[in-house]
Amino acid sequence: MIVYGVAILSVCVIAGKFLGDWLGVAIGVQSNVGGVGIAMLLLIAISHRFDSFKKDFGDTALGISFWSAMYIPIVVAMAAKQNVLAALTGGPVALSAGLLAVLVSFALLPLLSGPVENDVGESKTKGQV
Amino acid sequence: MADLITDVLVKNGLIFAMFIVGFVTWISYLLCKYLSNGRIHGSALAIVAGLLLAYIGGVVTGGTQGLADIEIFAGIGILGGAMFRDFALVATSFGIHLDEVKRSGIRGGLAVIIGVVLSFVVGALVALAFGYTDPVDISTIGAGAATYIVGPVTGAALGAGSDIIALSIAAGLVKSILVMTTTPLVAKRIGLNNPQSAMVFGGLMGTTSGVAGGLAATDPKLVPYGAMTATFYTGVGCLLAPSVLFFAVKYLLG
Repeated sequence: MIVYGVAILSVCVIAGKFLGDWLGVAIGVQSNVGGVGIAMLLLIAISHRFDSFKKDFGDTALGISFWSAMYIPIVVAMAAKQNVLAALTGGPVALSAGLLAVLVSFALLPLLSGPVENDVGESKTKGQV
Repeated sequence: MADLITDVLVKNGLIFAMFIVGFVTWISYLLCKYLSNGRIHGSALAIVAGLLLAYIGGVVTGGTQGLADIEIFAGIGILGGAMFRDFALVATSFGIHLDEVKRSGIRGGLAVIIGVVLSFVVGALVALAFGYTDPVDISTIGAGAATYIVGPVTGAALGAGSDIIALSIAAGLVKSILVMTTTPLVAKRIGLNNPQSAMVFGGLMGTTSGVAGGLAATDPKLVPYGAMTATFYTGVGCLLAPSVLFFAVKYLLG
């Protein structure tokens, strides 16, 4: 049943967000700490047991993969509701702070991510950059 | 007649939003295919188109929700809101390699802390360069360079003025939008092509919307890895910025 997949996804998201909020309260910050990440780990944990469930649950996975495929359209909608006007009219301080933070982070990525150890699949190290 | 159409579109806002998004995506993929010979990813252009629409919405209404402030496009606000975004985001992790997550987990976690401190320092230096001297103002702007949530949370905690808080939100928005649009352009050069670097990338950048959009436009397979670490960033930022980082600024300024 497809709806089982959707329901499993819902439970993971709500449980993850709850734990994230709880973690935020526990360490005393007014923010959710890693709710989506926790929800992902829950779903991964469930999906690893999925193979054994498959014969009882049939097309449950479809309920999850549909929402996974809706991800890019949702991101397009997310882009369309950003406060772009405020970002562009925030003045030179906001522009330079945002821009420099991004540039420095880009520059640091190769240093922090390091060499890829025994690649999974196709992304073999291709000599140079 | 026109009233009738508007009425239906307003009443079925979320449904209409799905059509809008589908239409924008279709046009974007067509343009990419014929104009760039497939060199630019269709979703990258679709995201930029979304941002453009958001800008138009902002100019027309003067609101803060982009296109969603126009009544008939209000459904965009629901479809593109945090609820659906997180729902779909979690769904992308279905079938992810747990070994990858385990292997790169520590690196990703480290990247979150380094990312928060780095963005804060950069933002604080910019504030200094523009002549701000109050540690509260400097820390709030620094926090805004982390994400547009860390900024106002820090500002509120430290008692910053509303103009400074608005500035910190703007800095965070600039960051988020830049990450969304420029990630596919630099991905190859900075080695962003595998789960491990995606996890570090998410941790370094931290803006969930930016990382979510930027990776979607680069390689959708990398989205769950980046999102997983990015989602911890705002929480860590809200923890460090008004405390340790603020005290450091105060100490350094005497």
